[in-house]
Amino acid sequence: MAKIPVQFRLNGTDRAAFVDAPETLLNTLRRSLGDFAPKYGCGQGACGVCTVLIDGEPHLSCLTLSIACEGRKVETASGMADGPELHPLQAQFMEHFAAQCGFCTPGMLTAARALLDNNPNPTRDEVIEAISGNICRCTGYEPIVAAILAAAGSPGLRRA
Amino acid sequence: MLAVRSCATLAEAAGLLSGDRQAVLLGGGTLVMRDVNEGRLTEGTLLRVTDPAFRRIEAGGARIEIGAGVTMGQILASRELAFLHAPARAIGGPAVRNMASVGGNLFAPAPYGDFTVALLALDAQVVVQAGFGSGRATPLEELLASRDRASPGLVTAIQFSRPANPGDFHFRKISRVKPKGLSLLSIAAHLPLAGGRVSQARVAYGAMAPTPIRARGVERTLEGKALDAAAIAAAQQAALEGCRPATDAIASEWYRREVLPVHLGRLLAGQPR
Repeated sequence: MAKIPVQFRLNGTDRAAFVDAPETLLNTLRRSLGDFAPKYGCGQGACGVCTVLIDGEPHLSCLTLSIACEGRKVETASGMADGPELHPLQAQFMEHFAAQCGFCTPGMLTAARALLDNNPNPTRDEVIEAISGNICRCTGYEPIVAAILAAAGSPGLRRA
Repeated sequence: MLAVRSCATLAEAAGLLSGDRQAVLLGGGTLVMRDVNEGRLTEGTLLRVTDPAFRRIEAGGARIEIGAGVTMGQILASRELAFLHAPARAIGGPAVRNMASVGGNLFAPAPYGDFTVALLALDAQVVVQAGFGSGRATPLEELLASRDRASPGLVTAIQFSRPANPGDFHFRKISRVKPKGLSLLSIAAHLPLAGGRVSQARVAYGAMAPTPIRARGVERTLEGKALDAAAIAAAQQAALEGCRPATDAIASEWYRREVLPVHLGRLLAGQPR
């Protein structure tokens, strides 16, 4: 079957790929565009490790067709740092030891970023709600919630 | 081989869906793409609808129409649909809510489909387009009764009347994991009051049968009654009429039958869960 060209803006840079029609955005990101931040977890939308932002909203890249992203803005955890300067969420995840095996971390960071971009000073309940679609099997969530709350209101938060 | 076809109009999608038994409508992707990822769907055509009408909300008046492709996130962003925010928030986490569509929820197998429970309690109608003709309105209950036996065509929109008093509409989802978990069961009730008595009661359950169902026994019991302790007790007695819950990873059939009357009583009494 002929490949289909698709173009979208990935982490601030225009990117293009040739994809199979039913190919998922996750596969395109990892196999064609070399962005390995989103992970393949359950493939069912239950674990959240493949979470990316599409036009600023969290989506599950394992359930999204690549061709549906034509002309849209896609952001992953790979694009959060500004050169050598970590995004406040990344810095606070390190500070609070919020990553152990690290498998859930890119999805957690992306989900948390979507929250803080829209609500820079969330309550604890709002943080828990924001990451409710992301499963972590190592940390028990408390360090993650603490890291997100610590990053909230940081002057370094920015909207892309 | 699995193909994808993008349809610029609802008529095109309805025509393709009617003419090709292997065509599958792709809504938000939260149901269909799971089957693709797990290798259960490898042949046929996925139909994408890009018609803006598919994702349009008309909620300014007394009659509300929601395009079948409208997402739970769009419902949550609409102040005019505030009375539906609780059932929309009951669907998945934020990422799922930005993808899951109202139309897709109509076809979600138990214990999913909590938003449909709310629509059932609002006496919703679905607009179904079969072939290239125009859509016709069908009671949601009718669609649910036959959805697993035959393809109904393309559901293009959902219509219902705005509750005159949003406080008369109640919804709760019972799950073990908070804030996101699968339904042990869900209940929606629209109980308009006329002179202090319930008039045109509508009560619906999720996860208490293979599809969301109306609680006819409860509706009969409440009709014309004040929502007092006696009426609530009678409703609890009638709560299980028509229920055929499954045993699954979330709960056993026995457990669902045991706790439904308890949660129904709390909802009717306005008590916290």
